[in-house]
Amino acid sequence: MKRSRMLVAAALASALVLAGCGQEGAPGAQDSGYEPTVAENVTVEGSPTFDAITQRGRVVIGVRDDQPGLGFRDATTGDFSGFDVEMARMVAGGLGFGPDQIDYRVVPSAAREDVIERGEIDYMVGTYTINDNRKQRVGFAGPYYVAGQSLLVRADDTEITGPETLQGKAVCSVTGSTPIQRVRDDGLTDQIVEFQTYSQCVDQLQNNQVDAVTTDDAILLGFASQNPEQLKVVGDTFSDEPYGIGVPRDDTAFRNKVNDLLQAADDDGTWQTIYDGTLGVSGTPGTPPAIDRY
Amino acid sequence: MNVLLDNLDVYIRGFGGTLGLFVVAAIGSLLLGTLIAGMRVSPVPVLRGFGTAYVTILRNTPLTLVLFFFAFAYPRLDLVDLSFFTLASIGLTLYTAAFVCEVVRSGINTVPVGQAEASRALGFTFTQILGQVVLPQAMRATVPPMTNVQIALLKNTTIAAGFAVFNAGGIYQTLSERGYNVLVGLLWVALFFVILVAPLTWMQRSLDARWGVSR
Repeated sequence: MKRSRMLVAAALASALVLAGCGQEGAPGAQDSGYEPTVAENVTVEGSPTFDAITQRGRVVIGVRDDQPGLGFRDATTGDFSGFDVEMARMVAGGLGFGPDQIDYRVVPSAAREDVIERGEIDYMVGTYTINDNRKQRVGFAGPYYVAGQSLLVRADDTEITGPETLQGKAVCSVTGSTPIQRVRDDGLTDQIVEFQTYSQCVDQLQNNQVDAVTTDDAILLGFASQNPEQLKVVGDTFSDEPYGIGVPRDDTAFRNKVNDLLQAADDDGTWQTIYDGTLGVSGTPGTPPAIDRY
Repeated sequence: MNVLLDNLDVYIRGFGGTLGLFVVAAIGSLLLGTLIAGMRVSPVPVLRGFGTAYVTILRNTPLTLVLFFFAFAYPRLDLVDLSFFTLASIGLTLYTAAFVCEVVRSGINTVPVGQAEASRALGFTFTQILGQVVLPQAMRATVPPMTNVQIALLKNTTIAAGFAVFNAGGIYQTLSERGYNVLVGLLWVALFFVILVAPLTWMQRSLDARWGVSR
């Protein structure tokens, strides 16, 4: 009796694991309709990073692969898509390298400073919030987008309308991430749940195990647009997360060059084209932020 | 040193979670594992079969999958609502119990068959033979391997960090977000694990010196 129940449970578990995998791969790579222009005869005076790229003949870019709409890898084709990825392509084009001369490297949050410091990637584009602590180890061009912490809840939830209504609710985010540290430090709720990825949190939200998922609105909008009948983003943002392009800290020439490229993209409407083709699909309009040169 | 002092709150919370999981799962797995070992050597075929199936399934499933089941599949079954800490404790207990069971069983095999036969001749029941004659002698032989299983459990608790229970395994992620050097942070984590394992090793030595079977 007990043995058969166990087997049933085991079978159920594997079925659910398989189902979960299928779900994660569901959103295909979206075509943003943006084609980067490849510049010719580019020189960046006094930049070791650019010298390394030229010598290699290829650009190595750090990206994310698990954030729909921002940095996402299609599991079947292996193609990368999203706002961050298009930004990365735009910068590569400005440096004189076309999409076929780019190597993408998936870098988890915790390893970003390390891979930049060691020169394993040339620059990092992946929901990388600029802050003073990180500036001690890497340089930041941009910001190219300003996100803000927000809340994702079930579509039929009317109780949670903003951060002040979280008391007594279970809130989920990625282990140790800035958003969950803010929820804890501000005492917004005492029921804090931490998982490895945002998609696992979203899964628990749909399971009714947690009541809200919190992180940058850009990431949450990506999930909500995948499943608008079940999920919605509520409330105003309660933080500013300026996303920058991470570059080696002491390579000022390279940072200035990337800033120039971002500025040009703001001015000639390229930024808007990329946004409208990716994050803009969720229905929320966006404008480019002012670039902060330091 | 700064990494440790600046983030003392994270370390305390992390190792608090680790110790909590360890204590609950250590006690749980010792009790459950011994019970299942008893089943595996019992004269009742159904119990023997259950014990064998239990050990085969749990010992051959990666711990990550066991915890994955409790974190993602169990809530969908709509049974009793349990906190993630409880679910992780159950997962670790069930998994470790399979190893405890095999250690106890190997200990039972070190007890000469004559002991059991003599007690049966004296009219002891199976439970009495196991509880009063065989297990006490078996336990003496199992101190070192049992300590190993429990040390493995202590380190295995870090896997639960990915499944909603904050513990030592999640410390590096918090440090990285706060912008500290993760490598230095992990060195401290490693050092604390050595400190946590030390009393277990000490206990093993002293118990082994007192109980160890000399042949």
